[in-house]
Amino acid sequence: MTTDRNIDTRRRQILGASAAAAASPFMFNIARAQGANIRIGFPVPLTGAFSAEAQDQVRAAEIAIKDFNDAGGYGGRKAELLVRDDKLNPGEAATRTLELIEKDKVSFIVGSLSAATQLSINAVARDRKVLFNSISQSDAINEAKDWSLYTFHEALNPHLTAGAVARYAFPKFGKKVVYLTADYAYGHEMVRGFQRAGAPLGVTTLADIRHPLGVADYSAFLPRIQALQPDVLVLCNFGRDLVNSAKQVTDFGLKAKTKVIAPVLLYTSRQAGGADAFEGILGGTSYYWGMEDKIPAAKAFNDKFRKAHGGAVPSDYGALGYAGVRSVLQAVLNAKSTDSIPVSIALRQLKYNWYKGEQFYRKCDHQSVQSVVIVESKSKAMKDKYDVFNVLAIEAANEANLRSCDELGHKVTT
Amino acid sequence: MGDITPSLLLLQLMTGIALGAVYALLALGLSLIFGMLTVVNFAHGAFFMVGAFLGVYFLGLTGSFWFSLVLTPLAVGAIGLVAERFLVRPLYGRGIDYPLLLTFGLSYVMIEAMRVAFGIEGVATSTPAELRGAVNLGFGYFPLYRLFLIGATAVVVLGLWLFIEKTRYGLIIRAGSRDPEIVRVLGIDIARVWLLVFGIGTAIAGLSGALAAPTRAVNPEMGISVLAESFVVTVVGGMGSLPGAVIAGLLVGIVFSMTSLFAPDLAELSIFVLMAVVLLIKPQGFFGKAGLMS
Amino acid sequence: MDINRLTSAITRHRVAAVIVVLMMFPWLMPYEALAINILIFGLYAVGFNLLFGYTGMLSFGHAAFLGTGSYLCGIAIVSFGWPWWAAIVAGVVASAAIGLVIGFLAIRTRGIYFSMVTLALGQIVYYAFYKAERWTGGENGLRGVRVETIDLLGLKLDFVDPLTKYYVILAFVAAALWFVSRVLASPFGAVIVAIRENERRTAACGYDVARAKLLVFVLSAALCGLAGALRALHLSIVPIDSLHYLQSGQAVMMCLLGGMGTFFGPFVGAAVFLYLEDVTTTVTTHWMAAVGVIFMVFVLFFPRGVWGSILHWLRRHADKARVAA
Repeated sequence: MTTDRNIDTRRRQILGASAAAAASPFMFNIARAQGANIRIGFPVPLTGAFSAEAQDQVRAAEIAIKDFNDAGGYGGRKAELLVRDDKLNPGEAATRTLELIEKDKVSFIVGSLSAATQLSINAVARDRKVLFNSISQSDAINEAKDWSLYTFHEALNPHLTAGAVARYAFPKFGKKVVYLTADYAYGHEMVRGFQRAGAPLGVTTLADIRHPLGVADYSAFLPRIQALQPDVLVLCNFGRDLVNSAKQVTDFGLKAKTKVIAPVLLYTSRQAGGADAFEGILGGTSYYWGMEDKIPAAKAFNDKFRKAHGGAVPSDYGALGYAGVRSVLQAVLNAKSTDSIPVSIALRQLKYNWYKGEQFYRKCDHQSVQSVVIVESKSKAMKDKYDVFNVLAIEAANEANLRSCDELGHKVTT
Repeated sequence: MGDITPSLLLLQLMTGIALGAVYALLALGLSLIFGMLTVVNFAHGAFFMVGAFLGVYFLGLTGSFWFSLVLTPLAVGAIGLVAERFLVRPLYGRGIDYPLLLTFGLSYVMIEAMRVAFGIEGVATSTPAELRGAVNLGFGYFPLYRLFLIGATAVVVLGLWLFIEKTRYGLIIRAGSRDPEIVRVLGIDIARVWLLVFGIGTAIAGLSGALAAPTRAVNPEMGISVLAESFVVTVVGGMGSLPGAVIAGLLVGIVFSMTSLFAPDLAELSIFVLMAVVLLIKPQGFFGKAGLMS
Repeated sequence: MDINRLTSAITRHRVAAVIVVLMMFPWLMPYEALAINILIFGLYAVGFNLLFGYTGMLSFGHAAFLGTGSYLCGIAIVSFGWPWWAAIVAGVVASAAIGLVIGFLAIRTRGIYFSMVTLALGQIVYYAFYKAERWTGGENGLRGVRVETIDLLGLKLDFVDPLTKYYVILAFVAAALWFVSRVLASPFGAVIVAIRENERRTAACGYDVARAKLLVFVLSAALCGLAGALRALHLSIVPIDSLHYLQSGQAVMMCLLGGMGTFFGPFVGAAVFLYLEDVTTTVTTHWMAAVGVIFMVFVLFFPRGVWGSILHWLRRHADKARVAA
């Protein structure tokens, strides 16, 4: 560690000398690291297809930082969020993580949004022994191959989400199921989750139709689905793909005879797709602001967000941004340290309720055991522009709904 | 695969034709611009995307889908005219790479402009009320809007054909693509012709965007994948050939659709394989002129 | 100090001059990871330019070679436990092999059709790697390309240390640049330039044009493969979009920005492009518009690229000095 400091001072001297020659107007950063602050790196896709979600993550994370600082911080040291744009690109995410660790000397990293980017951030962070709390869906990050003592997963995973939706929907709507699946790891993971949960319920898969990721026109797949006449059609895709497929399923009149469900219904996708396209579609999510009538922690969190952002409500990914940062900061206080190993140990013992109920991290894979919310899109009786879902059910946090530690390849479970 | 019935196949075919209609329109514009100006318009997908946004915008403004279908190509064509006059024209004579690279940069700017104007999420669209519902074709129900798409494309193709074959301006365009030198010698301002052609090509791209908007999500990134697909179609049909663009468009749409039935995860790959196979057998595409721009 | 003598000395030993500059590079960049990215993409652009600037063939499928190099190097380490240097060799050989196949098929076409064939074949390679999820991780990419220490003749180098990593990668890039310089200075180098200028005349002079084209294609692929292999070691992951045609488009952009007709231009272009991208990202979320505008400005007003324009200005300045003297 001392060699790093020597190189650092030498670099600063030379950089100072060439500062004028270098592109000085650009040398101020989004958030330049200062002094003895506790720096948390926050790589998220500020530009690209999920920028709306990412910006919400930033807004909510900043609330967590502010609360921590207002309460006195850690022994007077304040927390600081260093936001970087990973452009939803794993190569870029890796470069940004290297920048945050090597140049900005962050103590922890929280992010990102998309399975591929979080896995690449994780790969870089764990090699350099920096704690990473991931705030978006992935099954792979729980597996032994990608896991490390420094890897934590705040968000839901496809297996849990799909399972919760399956357990709610299949008994209600029918046993003959067709899947329209995005052909990538996330899509396959969702299907697996549905099939696992559906098997004990006697559900049969009529077809699992894989479509290329990002295809804009689903019409080519729909006649076959129509011909199969399933009870339930599961749209196993995400974000824009979901918006597209929901629209076209509606256009083709499939909703008349089939219940359409999706594993993950994003607040932002619903806003982008509109009431018509999503009419009657039901799905899972990690959080919906409308839970606040039932859950006091949700109300507290929503009010904080409303106060900071002119009445706007936090989205599902926003809440994860908040929780991801708040957990890490709480662990710093509990461990009385800003080094990754003591903080990791503290996180493993943490029991918390930041916004939606009791949560804790499972020991073998550091997956946050949490509730899943089942929502249905509404198109009538909407009180305001935020009122887009009805909360149908909340599946309580239950470790049994996750894949077992054995299955994930973990040898040690404590 | 016991559930594949003849009616399913026919329905799948119809779907492929509807898909191909959008491809055909895009390839038409691209081929027109290439055949006349020998410019590979890398911003064609962006013009498509802008057309989709403007289509939704004009619909909101005027309340009429038909009005928006008229206003959108005019607006997008105008943008194309400005782009040609100030950005592409200075590059003529410098070789085929430069306009290609310029339009590539232009597409970046257009995508960002739409983000700023309409937001990063895109805009919600729905099928216009008059064209909702499905029609019983005898072998199954098919969305009315998709039938309309096929019809609208046929109208545009016919209109373009009439313009090029039967009008004086069309004659100039045909002559100019064969030999710009002689046309200039005959006293016609070839620069004006090129300007018009670029405008028409981009206007068609914008129109196809407005037509496609009700069927898919409208967001700033929608033109990126569309660009690759339109290149496949244009190349398969032969760059510069208008009948080639239409036929190849339908062919690619049908190939995609039929592959989706039997091996859906290979659907997107199948059109690239088609392109590779066609180019290796007929290096200029089906109707392309040999030796064009080597 | 005679400026003419200095410039001609630099031109004769251009590779050495470049290496001297690159040795000091980490101190000019805000962080080493960016400097390493510039090295890697600089090599990628130089390899691409062998085909584009020097032979006149615009390929839109070169990401296939960058990606193959990355993946084969990564798979060798992750799935087979090969040592790092063997993995690099695996990446280069695999890229050259794919280059042989794609080149053989694509050479039959010309002009814009050549570009489109390479685009299509490149996309096919992309899908192949995408589907081979068991080996490549599919959409999630290949993770776990860990190289922690490098044993070099008894010396233990900490590869995780950014500065050490930079110099190790620089060693490879320097060797590759030297190799390219030698190829271009050889009779073969003259043949490929002749092909760019007038293919028919070159054939008439008795050269086997098809074989020359294929050879330069394979060399170009091998160089891009080396860049890819080094990238896998640098990021410890291989993202699937390394193989996508947008990555091919980046090579074209870098060559244009730097100057396609010069040896060092593509390298400068890569540096300018990556640095600009890095810097504009911190200033605004509208970096895409900024990149687009800068790109268009270069195409319209600086077609020689940054480096090409600098060289041109220096030469004109030297000529004027000579005339005045």
